[in-house]
Amino acid sequence: MSSEVTLARVTHSEWTKLWSLRSTRWSLFVACLAMAGLGPLIAAVSMAHWNQLGEFQRLTFNPLERAMGGYRLAQLAIGVLGVMVISGEYSTGMIRSSLMAVPKRLPVLWAKLLVFSGVAFVLMLITALISFFASNAIFTEHHVNQTLSSPHALRVFAGSVLFMSVTGVFCTALGTIIRSTAGSISAYVGLMFVLPVVGDILPSSLSNAINPYLPSVAGTEVASTFHNPYTFSAWGGFALFCGYTLLAVAVAAVLLKRRDA
Amino acid sequence: MAAVIEVSGVSKRYGEKLAVDDLSFSVQPGVVTGFLGPNGAGKSTTMRLILGLDAPSSGSALVNGMRYRDLQSPLREVGAMLEARAIHTGRSGYNHLLALAQTHGIPRSRVDEVINMVGLESVARKRVGSFSLGMGQRLGVAAALLGDPATVILDEPANGLDPEGIRWIRNLLKSLAAEGKTVFLSSHLMSEMEQTAEHLIVIGKGRLIADTSVEAFVAQASSGAPVRVRTPDSAALTAALIGAGARVSAEPDGALAVQGLTTEQVGELAAAERLVLHELTPVQVSLEDAFMSITKDSVEYQQI
Repeated sequence: MSSEVTLARVTHSEWTKLWSLRSTRWSLFVACLAMAGLGPLIAAVSMAHWNQLGEFQRLTFNPLERAMGGYRLAQLAIGVLGVMVISGEYSTGMIRSSLMAVPKRLPVLWAKLLVFSGVAFVLMLITALISFFASNAIFTEHHVNQTLSSPHALRVFAGSVLFMSVTGVFCTALGTIIRSTAGSISAYVGLMFVLPVVGDILPSSLSNAINPYLPSVAGTEVASTFHNPYTFSAWGGFALFCGYTLLAVAVAAVLLKRRDA
Repeated sequence: MAAVIEVSGVSKRYGEKLAVDDLSFSVQPGVVTGFLGPNGAGKSTTMRLILGLDAPSSGSALVNGMRYRDLQSPLREVGAMLEARAIHTGRSGYNHLLALAQTHGIPRSRVDEVINMVGLESVARKRVGSFSLGMGQRLGVAAALLGDPATVILDEPANGLDPEGIRWIRNLLKSLAAEGKTVFLSSHLMSEMEQTAEHLIVIGKGRLIADTSVEAFVAQASSGAPVRVRTPDSAALTAALIGAGARVSAEPDGALAVQGLTTEQVGELAAAERLVLHELTPVQVSLEDAFMSITKDSVEYQQI
């Protein structure tokens, strides 16, 4: 049997690596719990107060975003795990074993991106479905009805799942560039959670010009039903986020290939 | 036969520090070659350059005639264990080996095989973080043997091991040599080399000091070694020895240390003078002493 190193084999190896760490299984469990559970929880809480809500509040109630709200928390678990997929190898020295087995190096990065974004996509798709239908079951009791064919529903649903998968890719690229776990997670949290807050503090003329370009703002347009005139369209924003991610992956690939391990 | 490892004119600079300085040597197939040098001499760096983990600043390091990174099935050709741990502590030993095996399509049965070979059956399913240093070394050796390579590179395999672990490493090296594998083994301790290595490459401060057989290395260092001689009539013998041009000094136990004459010459001189000898011994220079005498100028961090 030939024993050449192929991308398929490296992918198989990365699959084994991903599932053989307890920390990975926990992070994925937390991501799934957040994605599947938060939507129904928010639905139950808001429906408990439904009878006290006024006419206007009932009309503007957005069941879709509430049902999919879990992604706001799940993305954090996905992002952190995306970083650790590679930074964990640098902190333990495992990267040297990996690169001695695959000295061409880039297949390791491609395989990690493939395995992790694939796993994130499938798990988030399943848990998003659970959240959507469980939340709807709660809404329906109070005659708030929506289906996947409601306006924007399919797009917001798919968008949330896609945003989280691409976040995983973005964070694995960040981890490859920065290498340290703490540094990479700080960079991720800074870019995705702190920058938008800073953006909101700026004077509105400035923030309207800058905010749409922030990766978190651009990336989540696709998971949102509301758009103000300054922001990108749903898929336009998502395309920009994918562009940032591709750039990060390109930098990661060059650095992985060039740097001493 | 072509060299298995061919290092030619390799230098490696980390910022200001020149870790390896225009180093050239080759490792021949089917032989255990020792790679010696004081701590900080550049042994690990050289091994990392050979294994493609670091890129040389100049020169080239080839394995079986190719750069390591161009090998199609590297684990099948060269197995390596680096000094620093290169294992994720959260994973079990079995899964660590399995993940490495899968990159080459090496079957699970081979993973079990190498685990048995290094005697880790009972702990293979436990997290590596809970391993002792010796168990970690064994796992490193298992990873190096995974692809059944003809060449094995081991960086300080005995470092930090207890006597039992050291004996295990020694037996392992002997069995690898008996199988005809090429072994390239680094150490800053000579005692391990003495038992297994046939050829030595000695470096200090990143430069080549010696590239020679173990016997030649010891012979070179023993050339000035003394002859130990004991006689009831030290005064007469001393006078005769000095007369023959030797330098003589008294040992604490009353014996004489003679320099400048061979054992044969000392014996013949005593016979001519009709002196009784109780002992006549050529002082054996151990590899350790040879190493110390030859590398003493190259110790980077000299003890004060």
